[in-house]
Amino acid sequence: MNCMKALAQAGRLVGRICRFYRDGFAGMTLGRTLWTIILIKLFVMFAILKVFFFPNYLHTHFETDQARADHVAEQLTRPANSRTNN
Amino acid sequence: MLESMDLSMVNWARAQFALTAMYHWLFVPLTLGLTWIIAFFHTIYVKTGSEEWKRLTKFWMKLFAINFAVGVASGIILEFEFGTNWSNYSWMVGDIFGAPLAVEGIIAFFMEATFFAVMFFGWNRVSKGFHLLSTWMVAIGSNLSAVWILVANAWMQYPVGQAFNPDTARFEMQSFADVALSPFAINKFTHATSSSMMTASLFVIAVSSWYLLRWRHQRMAKRSIVVAAVLGLIASVFTMFNGDETTYEIAQVQPMKLAAIEGLYEGETNAGLVMFGVVNREKTVKDEDMKSFHFAAEFPGLLSFLATRSFGAFVPGMKDLVNGNADQKIMGVAEKMQRGKEAIASLDAYRAAKKSGDASAAEVHLAAFNENKAFLGYGYLKSPEEAVPPVALSFYAFHIMVSLGGVILLLFVGFLYFLWKGVLEQKKWLLSLGCIGYFLGMIAGQAGWIVAEVGRQPWAIEGLLPVSVARTNLSVGAVQTTFFIFLALFVIMLIAEVSIMLKQISIGPEEN
Repeated sequence: MNCMKALAQAGRLVGRICRFYRDGFAGMTLGRTLWTIILIKLFVMFAILKVFFFPNYLHTHFETDQARADHVAEQLTRPANSRTNN
Repeated sequence: MLESMDLSMVNWARAQFALTAMYHWLFVPLTLGLTWIIAFFHTIYVKTGSEEWKRLTKFWMKLFAINFAVGVASGIILEFEFGTNWSNYSWMVGDIFGAPLAVEGIIAFFMEATFFAVMFFGWNRVSKGFHLLSTWMVAIGSNLSAVWILVANAWMQYPVGQAFNPDTARFEMQSFADVALSPFAINKFTHATSSSMMTASLFVIAVSSWYLLRWRHQRMAKRSIVVAAVLGLIASVFTMFNGDETTYEIAQVQPMKLAAIEGLYEGETNAGLVMFGVVNREKTVKDEDMKSFHFAAEFPGLLSFLATRSFGAFVPGMKDLVNGNADQKIMGVAEKMQRGKEAIASLDAYRAAKKSGDASAAEVHLAAFNENKAFLGYGYLKSPEEAVPPVALSFYAFHIMVSLGGVILLLFVGFLYFLWKGVLEQKKWLLSLGCIGYFLGMIAGQAGWIVAEVGRQPWAIEGLLPVSVARTNLSVGAVQTTFFIFLALFVIMLIAEVSIMLKQISIGPEEN
């Protein structure tokens, strides 16, 4: 019985929280513009820049951590041979 | 000018990082500082129940939201750049910063998602006490979310609590406390957050001064100025003392940076602190006769005091640090380079021995590496002079930051004095100065980061890893392309912020 009561209370709380967010977002004026800016920015950053221009070099060129470690160690120990300036 | 610029990949990558970091820092100080000011406004509203303080709180919250929306996630671009342009560095420090930065991101996200929503949506919908608590939590959470990135930056300048693992080619954390609580990290965090409070106070004063000059929202503007000027003055005094402590730390762990920001070529006892000066750009550490400055005015003995807490003490100059100074027990860069090269050779030999299964040879080479590993980074320098950062830029950035810090402190005092006298509205000159004060604060903040980052060149990690080795093997064209993409993106975002912000300021608080 107590368990059911607690569950019902928790359900009401979740409902109140959801309504709080829903009404808050619905009541926004300037906030809509700001959210649009945020969403466009996140889309540009994660769907375009990250995917097409900023791959993680070590993760895309090497499959294992050992291979990555070997590559970096090579860069550290043979800097003159393994690096180019341009 | 263009002929003298080094247009290699590493410099484009540095330029891109500087562009992103400086753009990011346009928003961060306002976000960090404004949250405290809003929390104070909100507290006064809850204490007094005055509708005017409520309107005022909501108005500054709105400007805060605009700044937050445009600035949010701009720091993530820096992480993209680490993975693409600085992959060697990212790999090497991943063990130290990867987890804390991820945890910080998650905590910041949940704190912001919860308390930001209550702060903005909670008017008349949650209890006043819980609403106020949420506003304070936003202030605390925002400032805490800056901790680890500043600890990471401090560690790069003073890499304590780590050991290099030659098998994984990574710096591994040996002591969390040494990394998180190093005096350099604490100073960096407190300096960044207190100077952010100054910048945000200047922003509030700038907007309020503009209203006073136009005879709009007089009462609200003066109330805003009282809170902002008091907090700004406290933050200014704290930042000044904290800056003094930072200078002392730099003198202990980055003496080359201190010498560069003061244009000090020859070490001196009773060294003076330059007040104003015009740097001789032709001068290098190799020149014997050329003067360091075309003109300079200095406070005698003050640099010695700042660096050592003693007026008569010796402060090493760039020549002492490059060439060495036996009397002062300073090892020259040439000797450090030699030991660095030995460390690199030992590391190479160790890895080869490990690969061939020769355990005893590996042990010998590892011992040799450990003897010289503190100088690892010097092994990559091509000449001792490479250890000197750009002197003129470091010098001017430092002096602009300090001078503007003094002007800003006086500005806060001026506003409080004339407000107390009841004649602030009549002081048009001060209100006009107040309108541009915010930009002075932004310039001081950007100059501060130039001091921190340019002053530590050529190092990505002080003494251990130069930027030329920290980078990825990419073509210069790839980095140039993304540099200009970012430039365009940042300009568009900035125009969006400024236009929305100006529109809301123009509308003012009452109509909101």
